[in-house]
Amino acid sequence: MSAVLEVSGLKTHFFTHAGVVKAVDGVDFTVSKGEIMGLVGESGSGKSITGFSIIGLIDAPGRIVEGSIKFNGEEIANAKEERLQSLRGNRISMIFQDPMMTLNPVLRVDTQMIEAILAHESVSKQTAWERSRDALGLVGIPSPEERLRAYPHQLSGGMRQRVAIATAFLNRPDLIIADEPTTALDVTIQAQIIHEAQKLTRQTGTAMIWITHDLAVVAGLAERISVMYAGRIVEQGGIDDVIDRPLHPYTVGLLGSVPTANRRGKRLFQIEGMTPNMLDLPKGCAFGPRCHARTDACGLQPPIEDIDGRSLRCFNPQRAAEAVK
Amino acid sequence: MTVFIIRRLLQALLVVFMMSVIVFFGVNIVGDPVYMLVSPDADQADIEAAISRLGLDRPIWEQYGLFLKGAAQGDLGNSFIFGEPALKLILHHMPATMELAFSALFLAIVIGIPLGLYAGLYPDSRLSKGIMAASIFGFSLPTFWVGLMLIMLFAVELQWVPATGRGDLGSFLGIQSSIFTLDGLSHIFLPALNLALLKISLAIRLTRAGVREAMGLDYVKYARAKGLSTRRIIFVHVMKNIMIPVVTVMGLEFGSLIGFSVVTETIFAWPGMGKLLIDAILQLDRPVVVAYLMIIVLFFVLINLIVDILYSILDPRVRLQDQGA
Amino acid sequence: MSDMTAVTVPVAEPSPKVETPFQRFRAEFFESKIATVALGVFLIIVLLAVFAPWITPQNPYDLAQVSVMDGRLPPGSEAFDGYTMWLGSDGSGRDLYSAILYGLRISLTVGLASGVIALLIGMAIGLVAAYAGGRIEAIIMRIVDLQLSFPASLVALMMVAALGKGVDKIILALVIAQWAYYARTVRATALVERGKEYVEAAQCLGISRFRIVFRHILPNCMAPLIVVGTVQTASAISLEATLSFLGVGLPQTEPSIGVLIANGFEYMLSGRYWISVFPGLALLFTVVSINLVGDHLRDVLNPRLKK
Ligand SMILES: Nc1ncnc2c1ncn2[C@@H]1O[C@H](COP(=O)(O)OP(=O)(O)OP(=O)(O)O)[C@@H](O)[C@H]1O
Ligand code: SF4
Ligand SMILES: [Mg+2]
Repeated sequence: MSAVLEVSGLKTHFFTHAGVVKAVDGVDFTVSKGEIMGLVGESGSGKSITGFSIIGLIDAPGRIVEGSIKFNGEEIANAKEERLQSLRGNRISMIFQDPMMTLNPVLRVDTQMIEAILAHESVSKQTAWERSRDALGLVGIPSPEERLRAYPHQLSGGMRQRVAIATAFLNRPDLIIADEPTTALDVTIQAQIIHEAQKLTRQTGTAMIWITHDLAVVAGLAERISVMYAGRIVEQGGIDDVIDRPLHPYTVGLLGSVPTANRRGKRLFQIEGMTPNMLDLPKGCAFGPRCHARTDACGLQPPIEDIDGRSLRCFNPQRAAEAVK
Repeated sequence: MTVFIIRRLLQALLVVFMMSVIVFFGVNIVGDPVYMLVSPDADQADIEAAISRLGLDRPIWEQYGLFLKGAAQGDLGNSFIFGEPALKLILHHMPATMELAFSALFLAIVIGIPLGLYAGLYPDSRLSKGIMAASIFGFSLPTFWVGLMLIMLFAVELQWVPATGRGDLGSFLGIQSSIFTLDGLSHIFLPALNLALLKISLAIRLTRAGVREAMGLDYVKYARAKGLSTRRIIFVHVMKNIMIPVVTVMGLEFGSLIGFSVVTETIFAWPGMGKLLIDAILQLDRPVVVAYLMIIVLFFVLINLIVDILYSILDPRVRLQDQGA
Repeated sequence: MSDMTAVTVPVAEPSPKVETPFQRFRAEFFESKIATVALGVFLIIVLLAVFAPWITPQNPYDLAQVSVMDGRLPPGSEAFDGYTMWLGSDGSGRDLYSAILYGLRISLTVGLASGVIALLIGMAIGLVAAYAGGRIEAIIMRIVDLQLSFPASLVALMMVAALGKGVDKIILALVIAQWAYYARTVRATALVERGKEYVEAAQCLGISRFRIVFRHILPNCMAPLIVVGTVQTASAISLEATLSFLGVGLPQTEPSIGVLIANGFEYMLSGRYWISVFPGLALLFTVVSINLVGDHLRDVLNPRLKK
């Protein structure tokens, strides 16, 4: 399997009046062709900023300060704007969380889909329109011609998110970054959307980074999972490995707070304490103050270690695993 | 749409009717109606003749009925000074005022919107700060004083353009206006600029606020994620949204342009209906004052109606509601 | 909210540690250099106007002190009576510096008087609407909306057309043109306040509506009313000047700044700029300084914008 995306040592910081927010602070991962990777973490952990760093949409006061992003072997971290623009929506697409907010309210659906094609290819409007119509059909939208003429407010939330997904696939990208695309939708619609997205990645061989804070969603969708905490990936590995046998105390906590079938009867586990203040992270391991497996060693920054085919940032992975049992 | 317009027309009619009541009873209660409607140098016999001719000896409801009947037939009384129907006088002076107001609106739009756009896109640049400071002055400076300064600078000191009067008329597409001749343009430039100043400031502030708000919204970020050019994002996605409030407010302000033209026309000796009004007030030519008032009310009501229709055309969300209604 | 009501209430016992709301307000106000300077300029203008008789070389309206021979002298000329006319003289030989200070007295009086009266009337009508509720409130607000759809300048112009010239008439015209802005402000506050729990609680306790209006709504409209009041007073001064300039405001016997500017207008085309320009600058400084103060007051008093 060849790598579509290789991110290494990525640091994206925001230089605010109150201080430097290290939203992404040393992130490494690789996504292979056709692979779906789940990126999980609580709110504010830097998932979206990781995604925006990849497509080069970090605005002042933020900036990629370090690291490399290789897309199909080409370095695109801090690449020229023209280059990034030609990749965006073309080779790398993005789907946003809130379908109410992402489609422009005063432009018709056809305008917003056709422009995504015409921005990257010189085809006739008619061709672009036909492709848009077919794309809507692919994501399960009935009577797509009619929907194309509609304004966003005339569609339901689920319908709008399907439009966004269809738009993301329009130019057959190599990678799609889906930033919590189903969070704003109710559960049945959520399941349908996930199903459509999964089907399409299989058909087209598109790789996907699925950002969410809902472990249950990635469990059924992704092949690999990266768990983020305070700007760093703390655990990364095959989905079954991590879900069945989490090694990082934070992952353990996350899993503990999801009641799943095979965990029935066990005590529901809560992560204690507050989400960290990104302006004033604790010394050493950022998870320290909330960690039940903490030892004296944790006053230092835990390095990335490879254990059993997954990578981990923790001094005491075993203790964490013990605690669950 | 038709239902909407008909409903609004009926509302407008109601407002005009209400205002006619206020104007009529205002004139009759605030001032002595004889004094208001008869030339001040009339003698006793004249006054008595006028009283019976005008029906002032009849009950006030009957008088109002007569007034309304006359008004409906376009008869708002004769000017004391010119001996002509007041309405005809006002209509005769209207084109000059309209061309001034339209020129001012045009200036406000072509100067205000680009400056506001710039200030909104680059809020921290020095030029933007200068633009905003200037717009505060545009708001606070009394129009008539700015007019004086304009005359002093451009007409007296630099002698670039004439200080007063309306220039030669030209004809284009059957419309007669001074803006179709060079001489006319040189005459209209200063008064139009003077009248526009306040609205330029308004357009700057509206546009800037709209751009700044829109640039932070998800749909702009999504448009960027699709790889659209900056130009398309600004001029299609952002502009189409902010044009809704800008057009609405600027449209409503057209009425106040006509109101304010009273000041500008006096300073620049512009032969419009504002100048006519001031002369009428100074010469106690009350029928002209009353007629002006009725015309202006009609105007405001009409402008409100047109802006409402425009608004529903521009904003697709409003259109839907209307279809439902 | 309570800290805003304290703005109008003098604070009796300043304790060394606890910052009173008034002190906080003062500290926040003077944080802005521009607003501080503007306030200073405005106070100076007021002082100049108040003490005009003692700090001007002539009383420009005492005919015995004015000499036609001094007419249209450029700035810096020496007057017949020996003093220097730093700002020149007008068409009838009045020292412009003196005329401007006396003119400011009239302009400020008209502006402040109409501002205060309009505030009181608008506030009273707004409170009546809030107190009465139901149909009466709806009718009052319809009238307010209708009036506000016409520019204040036009309403004032129509009023002076009907009423005629004179200080009392122009004040009346300005009050009629501006009361609706205050009524709208009160009403906006009343809507917010009425929705709040303590008013509902007060109603449950059987406390009279009268008390609700005066104890709850009235104190809370003070801050926005002060802001609207500043801006509207500036616009009243500017409006009076405009009307007087047009010749439909104050008569020659009450020469406000606007009348002075109008008198200088005829000389402007012949290059005697000072007769109009200096009174104009005085008007400008007055209006702009009040507006800047009002702008900043809005920021300081608006709890929504506070961090
Ligand atoms: N423009 C900005 N200026 C300063 N800090 C920012 C900015 N944008 C994001 N951040 C900070 O970066 C951190 C990571 O934000 P990010 O949006 O990536 O979180 P997330 O993991 O996507 O959370 P969520 O689940 O809420 O979407 C947050 O702590 C946030 O405060
Ligand atoms: S490094 Fe220490 S504090 Fe951090 S997660 Fe591991 S055990 Fe807990
Ligand atoms: Mg996010």
